[in-house]
Amino acid sequence: MTWHTKTLTELSNAIAARETTSRELAEHFIARVEAFDGELNTFVTRTFDAALAAADAADARRAAGESLGPLDGLPFAHKDIFCTKGVKTTCGSKMLDNFISPYDATVVEKLQAAGMVCLGKTNMDEFAMGSSNETSYYGDVKNPWNTSKVPGGSSGGSASAVGARLVPATTGTDTGGSIRQPAAFCGITGIKPTYGRVSRYGMIAFASSLDQAGVFATTAEDAALMLQAMSGFDERDSTSIERPVDDLVTGLGESLAGKTIGLPKQFFADGLEPEVKDAVDAAINEYKNLGAEVKEIDLPNIGLSVPVYYVVAPAEASANLSRFDGVRYGHRCDNPEDLTDLYKRTRAEGFGDEVKRRIMMGTYALSSGYYDAYYIKAQKIRRLIRDDFLKAFEEVDLIAGPTTPGLPFGLGEQTDDPVTMYLNDIFTIGVNLAGLPGMSIPVGEASGLPIGLQLVGKHFGEAELLNAAHQYQQVTDWHKAIPAAFQ
Amino acid sequence: MYSNWETVIGLEIHAQLSTNSKLFSGSSIAYGAEPNTQANEVDLALPGTLPVLNKEVMNLAARLGIALNATINKRSVFERKNYFYPDLPKGYQTSQLELPIVEHGELFISVNGEEKRIGVTRAHLEEDAGKSIHGAAEGCTGIDLNRAGTPLLEIVSEPELSSAAEAVAYMKKLHSLVQYIGICDGNMQEGSFRCDANVSVRPKGQEELGTRAEIKNINSFRFVEKAINYEIERQIDLIEDGGEVVQETRLYDAEKNETRSMRSKEEANDYRYFPCPDLLPVVIDDSFIDAVRGDMPELPDAKKARFVSDFGLSDEDAAQLTNSRPMADYFEAVVADGVEAKMAANWCNGELSAWLNKEEKDVAESPVSAAMLAGMCKRIADNTISNKIAKEVFEGMWNGEGDADAVIDAKGLKQITDTGAIEAMIDEIIANNAGQVEQYRAGKEKVFGFFVGQVMKATQGKANPAQVNQILKQKLAG
Repeated sequence: MTWHTKTLTELSNAIAARETTSRELAEHFIARVEAFDGELNTFVTRTFDAALAAADAADARRAAGESLGPLDGLPFAHKDIFCTKGVKTTCGSKMLDNFISPYDATVVEKLQAAGMVCLGKTNMDEFAMGSSNETSYYGDVKNPWNTSKVPGGSSGGSASAVGARLVPATTGTDTGGSIRQPAAFCGITGIKPTYGRVSRYGMIAFASSLDQAGVFATTAEDAALMLQAMSGFDERDSTSIERPVDDLVTGLGESLAGKTIGLPKQFFADGLEPEVKDAVDAAINEYKNLGAEVKEIDLPNIGLSVPVYYVVAPAEASANLSRFDGVRYGHRCDNPEDLTDLYKRTRAEGFGDEVKRRIMMGTYALSSGYYDAYYIKAQKIRRLIRDDFLKAFEEVDLIAGPTTPGLPFGLGEQTDDPVTMYLNDIFTIGVNLAGLPGMSIPVGEASGLPIGLQLVGKHFGEAELLNAAHQYQQVTDWHKAIPAAFQ
Repeated sequence: MYSNWETVIGLEIHAQLSTNSKLFSGSSIAYGAEPNTQANEVDLALPGTLPVLNKEVMNLAARLGIALNATINKRSVFERKNYFYPDLPKGYQTSQLELPIVEHGELFISVNGEEKRIGVTRAHLEEDAGKSIHGAAEGCTGIDLNRAGTPLLEIVSEPELSSAAEAVAYMKKLHSLVQYIGICDGNMQEGSFRCDANVSVRPKGQEELGTRAEIKNINSFRFVEKAINYEIERQIDLIEDGGEVVQETRLYDAEKNETRSMRSKEEANDYRYFPCPDLLPVVIDDSFIDAVRGDMPELPDAKKARFVSDFGLSDEDAAQLTNSRPMADYFEAVVADGVEAKMAANWCNGELSAWLNKEEKDVAESPVSAAMLAGMCKRIADNTISNKIAKEVFEGMWNGEGDADAVIDAKGLKQITDTGAIEAMIDEIIANNAGQVEQYRAGKEKVFGFFVGQVMKATQGKANPAQVNQILKQKLAG
């Protein structure tokens, strides 16, 4: 059977119709991981035995008429940033190569409670710092459309695995574009919800005020299904929002007639590759056909997103990563001479270059004498960027534009040039700074590589956002494309 | 010799808040548990864990704010204070810098009978670190994280204290206050109430402050006094010898009675404070503050004034009784039991305090309960025992021999008030001491005391003194 060409929703229906079992699906996708992952390197840890046991348990529940719901028994994988009890949780770093988490993240608990079957933990940029999945201690992840290209990052393993249909869906996290950019590069659907919608408890922190968990899937409908199960207030995360979760799945199917989509003029300026611009323009035309109105909008401060982000995120990261000191868990250098030596060598050995670079940038930005000029200034501009979005949303229902300025680039192509690498997230970062929900959906291809459209919604507007993506996917087939090597 | 100098002292006091659980986690803060048994995944700073504010601390901090007549900020912000240390699991301490919960308070102290207002700059919430146990194993340092995350209020005074005596008076007043309002148990041995002192000196009349040294972690009133006095002398001697005080952190060594340098300003950390993105700013409103205010106990100064006006006690007696809330409560319980206030005050401040001091006990641990003391006072009032005998009764009660009546019975301490019995005894004494009788009758009145002594000796002190005096006078007059 070709179960891997099906969506989560279709697989769920197939189980419900007794056309397959959770066991059969788990075995099918395990076989795909075993067959293809050598090439793609999307998994850091495989938990197949536990997955088969979980699948059997789901089948038993169903046989007993006690199914947990539409996700019960469906296979997926977690980005290796979520703590999983009894399972190695590395965050893509040598620092945590020996770390077996003694507890589950809230997201892990929630998907477990929904009955989902986790096949393992996916590769990622070290501590989620990267846009190409080349900073992982566990090696580069390859793009399934062209294995000489990067899959994007930091959730590169999660995106590539879904792109190659090794699993029907995965979790991811997005601090500056880490779900949307790899979704665009791998030709799949990815959503980062509103900041505070999904609990961060147990999700290893990169930049606390920006980090948000989300989903990779092949359709907006699947993303809605999974996000529904992940969302909600968590008393263990003080930044999660106490507000009921909208019904994301039944909200799909609403007409876009009369909706207004804003196109930020800054997203269509110089520097956008023509192939990307053409595909995005075509997608916007499709939205017009669906009845939406289109309107140019101005986000006057959005150009400052990247510099603001590279002050705020590293500043928070510099403190968040201080706990990795070799004292309680994780990597510790051999035979430290004294305390200072323990700290220095543990951290020098345990962290990779990009992580060190960001810790240094953040430490600098918070230092006495620079704090006001960098951190405080950046926070002020961050507020302006957020205000720009809120003002725009007074006139439009959604914002659309390219997810990335260009096509997936070659492995090793940008690793020597951090600034060029950072500019990959030029369109996505502002959304994190404003705490808004954002998505990427596939809307075209060039040179055999996928192109993503970014959609941005209002705060807590996940339902409307997912519906807009779903409507597009009802009349187009880009989301159905599977890379030739992985059909 | 130091009369040309003036001292400026500011105190930073860490009071451990009396909550059940930690500032940002549900772990217990009970003292004395096995190492690392009160440290959950948040306290261990496992990857992915997040802090959640224990809301009870806001209530406790607001109490202090009210007691210090301070501003309670409606919006306060937790920040990260970054530094590496093995007993600091996150690599930063969560504290408050720019927007502390309490600001602009005041505390009145009294030294040598003079009252002085000391400004309290601020009081902010922060988490305690764990404990490094050096030499836990051969060549190793152990880390105990039970204390990590324990909620503290750091209470910072203005540099307005001008002697070690004032510093101690301030610290004692605050120590009493935090216990009064039930926010801290005040246990200094267990580190629930600790003090850092900033000390500087300047020539008398100079406006500009001298360079200060900070003496860290002084854990008793006596040491605070000694450490500050040592430091004052050190700084003056240094300057008079042509040297300069350097800004540094110093440690007080109680054994040698000296302070010594820990680290200088140059070696000091840049703590890189910034608002903690895992915690939202804490916002409170007037109704919260009003609710806390409505729940406040009577404060020491108000209680003292009431003891003077309602009970007619002297300022001194009232001050001593209200120094600690348990003592004040004890006193009021004795009075409530029907004992005259002055008598109750005398026994609380006298015999009871003396025994508590002698055996280093708190009022709460006193073997003589308020009801027992009241029972004894009633026996004084009804002439069953004299004041003098009462001390013996008190000792008996203290030593667990039962209540006043039981001790009086068991030891036969009941006062002899039978006039006939006393008369017979006096007759016998007069008959046996003809010489002294003659002296007395010849006008040597001092001899009267001899006869009183003889009667008391014969009755083992149990004769009613007033009766003895009266009968003796009659009989001796012939």
